[in-house]
Amino acid sequence: MGGVAWAELGALMLRHLYLAGVPLLVGLAVSLPLGWLASRVRWLGPPLIAGTGLMYTIPSLALFILLPLVLGTQILDDANVLVAMTIYAVALLTRTVADGFTSVPGHVRQAATAMGYGELRRVVAVDLPLAVPVVAAGLRVAAVSNVSMVSVAALIGVSQLGSLFTDGFNRNAMGPIVVGVMASVVLALLLDATIALLARLLTPWLRRGVPA
Amino acid sequence: MNALALTWEWLTDPASWTGAGGILAQSVAHLRYSFLALLAAALVAVPVGLWVGHTGRGRWLAVNAAGAVRAVPSLGVLFIAVLLLLPRLRGELAFELPALIVLVLLAVPPVLAGTYAGVQATDPAARDAARGMGMTGTQVLRLVEIPGAMPLIMSGLRAAMLQIIGTATIAAIVGLGGLGRFLIDGQASRDYGQMAGGAVVVALLALAVDIALAAVQRLVVSPGLTTAGPGR
Repeated sequence: MGGVAWAELGALMLRHLYLAGVPLLVGLAVSLPLGWLASRVRWLGPPLIAGTGLMYTIPSLALFILLPLVLGTQILDDANVLVAMTIYAVALLTRTVADGFTSVPGHVRQAATAMGYGELRRVVAVDLPLAVPVVAAGLRVAAVSNVSMVSVAALIGVSQLGSLFTDGFNRNAMGPIVVGVMASVVLALLLDATIALLARLLTPWLRRGVPA
Repeated sequence: MNALALTWEWLTDPASWTGAGGILAQSVAHLRYSFLALLAAALVAVPVGLWVGHTGRGRWLAVNAAGAVRAVPSLGVLFIAVLLLLPRLRGELAFELPALIVLVLLAVPPVLAGTYAGVQATDPAARDAARGMGMTGTQVLRLVEIPGAMPLIMSGLRAAMLQIIGTATIAAIVGLGGLGRFLIDGQASRDYGQMAGGAVVVALLALAVDIALAAVQRLVVSPGLTTAGPGR
């Protein structure tokens, strides 16, 4: 298709999914405690959200190039891209997670406490599930932007769907570029739909029409 | 010499800063492209966003355009634009115009979505009060909805600007001037100091522009929207 072999396209898509997807999971794992802290500790909230948000201002190509300085890695190392994408995910998700926890109604929290839930158990069993819709919305944004941003890593020689762009451009061939763009968009939409589906499965009460 | 020392050496070498291709000249070029693209995008997106928010027509487009553009890899779009337009253009414009078009295209949706959401987020009570006072539709838009939408218009502009600065950086690969030159040329000549030094400068530039726009936001957003009134 477009001068790209199916096997090659599949391999590049898998690489792309790995480079964009793993940081999403790690980013979520980092943002959950950070966002909870930001929503919970009043004076810590604004600086934490602004501080992580600032990381998002760094252009992706600059971050890919700078991380070897910080991590001591080689420029071609996948780790640079994985860490950069994790940073962007944390930058987007910390605010969302904080918003999600803030969206839990106070009376629900009080009811859980009155039922004898300790702080940790309440956060995990009550606050977190109720925050799922807001967190999932942010995760979908982060997933889509990660998938489109990873392609820039082709400029530093890390292979994924973006490599089709550079190859096509160097050979003056439109085919591979168009195929790469379409594959990247499809991957973003698939990831987006998967997260939306998971969020739906995790919040059965929203489907029964019972207000949360 | 290690990478950090190379970067430091490049950044502290006066020769890196001055001259036609120096850091100062490229920073100015980068800012010029970026603000030009933001201005062009705002001229299109703000009026359309206000219209959509005020009339409620075309809401679907305003909401989904921003999400759809986020899914499109800007590097790919850049290459497509250059391959399509390059044979049809001449001179220096041949390299600049396709990149500038892409910068504007990618900046329109976030500004549009922000403006629309801002008008929508205007306090309905304030809008009703304005109508009750006998204001016409245009007056409501000018005196109530635009000031009320300002915080979200500005965040749309800031998001668009980050996108523009980042895309302008990678546009050096298709020949656009600006700070991306150091990243791309440094890599081509295996000069890590130049590559990483340029990355430091472009990261600082993006940060400085975002902080400057945040300051503008404080100036243009009515204090009545940010400070808690007696009724709250």
